[in-house]
Amino acid sequence: MDILDYAFMQRALLAAVLVGITAPAVGIYLVQRRQALMGDGIGHVAMTGVGLGFLLSANPVWMATAVSVLGAVLMELIRWYGKTRGDIALAMLFYGGMAGGVMFINLAPGGSNANLTTYLFGSLSTVSESDVTAICLLAAFVVLVTLGLRRQLFAVSQDEEFARVTGLPVRALNLLTAVTAAVTVTVAMRVVGLLLVSALMVVPVAAAQQLSRSFAATFAIAVAIGVSVTIGGTVTSYYQDVPPGATIVLLTIGAFIALTALATPLARRRARALAAAQAAGDPAECAIPATRGQETKVGV
Amino acid sequence: MSEPVISLRGVTAELGSRPVLRGIDLTVHRGEVVALLGANGSGKSTAVRSVIGQVAVSGGEIEIFGTPRRRFRDWHRVGYVPQRTTAAGGVPATVTEIVSSGRLSRARFGMLRKADHEAVRRALELVGMADRAKDSVNALSGGQHQRVLIARALASEPELLIMDEPMAGVDLASQEVLAATLREQVTQGTSVLLVLHELGPLEPLIDRAVVLRDGCVLHDGPPPQAVGQHALPGHDHVHPHAAHDAEPIRTGLLS
Repeated sequence: MDILDYAFMQRALLAAVLVGITAPAVGIYLVQRRQALMGDGIGHVAMTGVGLGFLLSANPVWMATAVSVLGAVLMELIRWYGKTRGDIALAMLFYGGMAGGVMFINLAPGGSNANLTTYLFGSLSTVSESDVTAICLLAAFVVLVTLGLRRQLFAVSQDEEFARVTGLPVRALNLLTAVTAAVTVTVAMRVVGLLLVSALMVVPVAAAQQLSRSFAATFAIAVAIGVSVTIGGTVTSYYQDVPPGATIVLLTIGAFIALTALATPLARRRARALAAAQAAGDPAECAIPATRGQETKVGV
Repeated sequence: MSEPVISLRGVTAELGSRPVLRGIDLTVHRGEVVALLGANGSGKSTAVRSVIGQVAVSGGEIEIFGTPRRRFRDWHRVGYVPQRTTAAGGVPATVTEIVSSGRLSRARFGMLRKADHEAVRRALELVGMADRAKDSVNALSGGQHQRVLIARALASEPELLIMDEPMAGVDLASQEVLAATLREQVTQGTSVLLVLHELGPLEPLIDRAVVLRDGCVLHDGPPPQAVGQHALPGHDHVHPHAAHDAEPIRTGLLS
């Protein structure tokens, strides 16, 4: 395995594995809350952080983390207070973040949009030693939150109103989800890029759903898919000289299509078994033969 | 008179700039079953949602078990069934996973112990869903969804149940199961506040009815007697608009 002989590839593979774990681990809660595109919005906002990093000659990963956490908190606040005009406020935040990134990077000495490109679409060879340290620390935070607080986050994401009556600190947990999503975006930024990050949060979860009936299984399968595609994409991009971010995302979508094709006959069989079980016990409307039409009248 | 478990005094609330509650007084005593009735838009859902803190109130006082709502922390004493047509979220979840979240109010740091898993199983047995424990909620009918949501509220073994339209979109068989479950809880001393569109099969359980209109209490006393066509024997409280409403909901749940 000559691929592991290069220090930059070791770093890239480590980063890829961490992205494969963290992105679906946060994404599952976003999908559960039906905010699948939140990661995309945070990715846009993080561009300002990257630009600021260049302008102030600070590490862009930490700078992007700070700005995207701020952006995510702002998005959560808009969700509470924005009500009807919330979508407009979010749009301004997203595009303001993107414009800010382009502006700052061009103001930085020697900076141009070319610097930004590696952050937008991911680049393995540029993952530095300090990036890896940052990514490891941030990924540890994400894993701690998404696994350690899984019951609380599940309850809040499933039914916010009910979660409040169980005494959970709903607002704090919502903020924590937003912050964790923002941190994940910056973890994934170097490998898949800011514009493609959201795919890795959402698509593995969608693919896992094709096979699973429980939240726990969806979580496990999504992370397994995430790790497989990030490693697969990274290795492919090394041997074939193709961009890693795009390779990973296309592989993820491929996994989704493959699992959907695999799961459709499975789901059909399951539905048939269920219908048979129901016909035996408590009759379902559609399972009642036409001769018993009189009894199918249901008073609601 | 026994100690009130819920007490609202002069509660006002607005949604946007529209006043929805204009000074509501409502008391539920220990062991009492109170139905909150009224037409759509009368403020009955807002009233219960103000009790649980989901709707901000602009005036008046709310007390739960004698504690001002803002300082109330013993949420495990309260079981809540929100107005829902489905228990499903954006990700598949099993019946047990959903009901377990109802036990979080009694769990420390979100850790469920053996006794907690036992309580979840008991709650599922109460609503007759123990055999579906490992099934995805996506595979359930509307009535079964509602039974799951009630099991979730019962998982913390509450002393007070607050239910928002528990019978909406529920088939007859499930309505009977729900009425039986509720009867059992009431005989054990649970207090209940129910939002209902009409009394229906729960009628014999109800001690007192509070009727709202335009955010004001119109009637507080014995459940109103059905009159006219509603009083005819065999009238099953099906209104044309209710049946019409129920139709798209049911197809949504089966999809």
